[in-house]
Amino acid sequence: MSDPLIMQAIARLVPHGARVLDLGCGDGALLAHLQQHNGCTGYGVELSDANVHACVQRGVNVLQLNLDEGLSLFADQSFDVVLQIDTLQHLRNAETMLRETVRVGRVGIVAFPNFGHWFNRLSVLQGRMPVTKRLPYQWYDTPNIRVGTFADFGDLARKNHLQVVDAFGLQNGHEVRTLPNLMAGTAVYKLQRS
Amino acid sequence: MNLIATPQSMTFEAPLPLQSGASIRGYSLSYETYGTLNADKSNAVLICHALNASHHVAGVYADQAHNVGWWDNMIGPGKSLDTNQFFVIGVNNLGSCFGSTGPMHVNPDTGRVYGADFPVVTVEDWVNAQARLLDALGIEQLAAVMGGSLGGMQALSWTLQYPERVKHAVVVASAPNLNAENIAFNEVARRAIVTDPDFHEGHFYEHGVVPKRGLRIARMIGHITYLSDDVMNEKFGRELREAVTHNATGYKYSTQEVEFQIESYLRYQGDKFSEYFDANTYLLITRALDYFDPARAFGGDLSAALARASCQFLLVSFSTDWRFSPARSREMVKALLDNRRDVSYAEIDAPHGHDAFLLDDARYLNVVRSYFDNMAKALNQGGAA
Repeated sequence: MSDPLIMQAIARLVPHGARVLDLGCGDGALLAHLQQHNGCTGYGVELSDANVHACVQRGVNVLQLNLDEGLSLFADQSFDVVLQIDTLQHLRNAETMLRETVRVGRVGIVAFPNFGHWFNRLSVLQGRMPVTKRLPYQWYDTPNIRVGTFADFGDLARKNHLQVVDAFGLQNGHEVRTLPNLMAGTAVYKLQRS
Repeated sequence: MNLIATPQSMTFEAPLPLQSGASIRGYSLSYETYGTLNADKSNAVLICHALNASHHVAGVYADQAHNVGWWDNMIGPGKSLDTNQFFVIGVNNLGSCFGSTGPMHVNPDTGRVYGADFPVVTVEDWVNAQARLLDALGIEQLAAVMGGSLGGMQALSWTLQYPERVKHAVVVASAPNLNAENIAFNEVARRAIVTDPDFHEGHFYEHGVVPKRGLRIARMIGHITYLSDDVMNEKFGRELREAVTHNATGYKYSTQEVEFQIESYLRYQGDKFSEYFDANTYLLITRALDYFDPARAFGGDLSAALARASCQFLLVSFSTDWRFSPARSREMVKALLDNRRDVSYAEIDAPHGHDAFLLDDARYLNVVRSYFDNMAKALNQGGAA
């Protein structure tokens, strides 16, 4: 998560002093932010060597693990918050990981690029895959193995009997609560087991 | 090469009680130090060695320019563990054959060379002996304890035996105990030594012989477990020795000659090892490996065992290490997570098997460097690292 506005918007959802697991924590910027400003503790999980090194440099606890191999290292309900920020679109089994997120954490916070954003819809209507700030890749070189919409994710949460505590969009760092599926480049869900 | 190492020795008269119930007295430990201990003695880092290593961790000796410390690529001025920042201590373990009291020395109780009568020492015993050395050096608390393989086991044991004396532990290519396969390999090595007619039940010194055949085979077996299948194939494959390929048919159709390169390599390693390593030391150290199992006293529950640890951890494993595989490191990570300890874990995708922990890999060396850099920053700010 490199966008500081999205980072701050996510940080607002994390209670002070929470024990946090950040799945796909990147260079550890969000965790470092949560430690410094929200009094949080916790761990990041990363696969890339460069990101693991960046986290160690920042003094953030990081575990080099492949999320596609599951979260068996983590006990049930062992974290207050499990973050999945821009991770979902890279995972082979997003549904399993969603269930694991709420097994390990009391609360799960998931954010991902919303393919339902009007700009993306317009682009596809014109016969082209969108290239935006949130989806900056060409169709042939994207690391995302899937795209989905704000509305799609709501269906997946329901299918897995997850309780949506809060759901909104983010656009330019601002919360979008009116027609988020159309109006926001980023979808954010706060979930727990029902 | 600008770091000059000076070996030192310290003698301990008071008996050291051992885990077996025996004790050892009048023993000495060889050690080396690099860098400068700061005023509040807060920058000390202890390095624990593995099977075939010593207190000579970094630098060279003034009169032996080619005798380079075994972790010199990791430790020294400006290196990952920077001796300009930290006071680094390398210590040779009891029972070893590189200077500290071992089976080739005289037992003060009998006036005879210990030989096979040297008491069985454990990882815990070594840690207790190391703690006494730190006492004598006036070091109350370590900034870090660090080791690879069997050295990593000692580092882990430090955090359990003396939790208040360790702020950080760096555990590389290690395991929370040996599995059956590991013990099996050790047993084959030990049988090779013990059944050598020159072993004389461990009292070969007085016969003026060395059980070199056994040592050679023990080393050959060990060496196979240090390498990965990939690296062995890449290095040697099915290549034949030059002397063989001069033969028109390729093979010599012999059963006892050295024909393949891998045979030649293993024999060379075995020969070299048998020239300097002590047979009784090999038995002792492999036994210490077999016995190490901090979870044993907790019904096999590693999480319960590690509850005593209070320091911060960095663990590193290597993808092709099948001796102490990444899964073994993950067991330790899991136990630390269960106890909510600060831990970082790097799993380096390296082709070199267990040996990778001694080799140059930028990702590995950089992670360790950044970990120690943060420690140094906190030390220099007088903060709590």
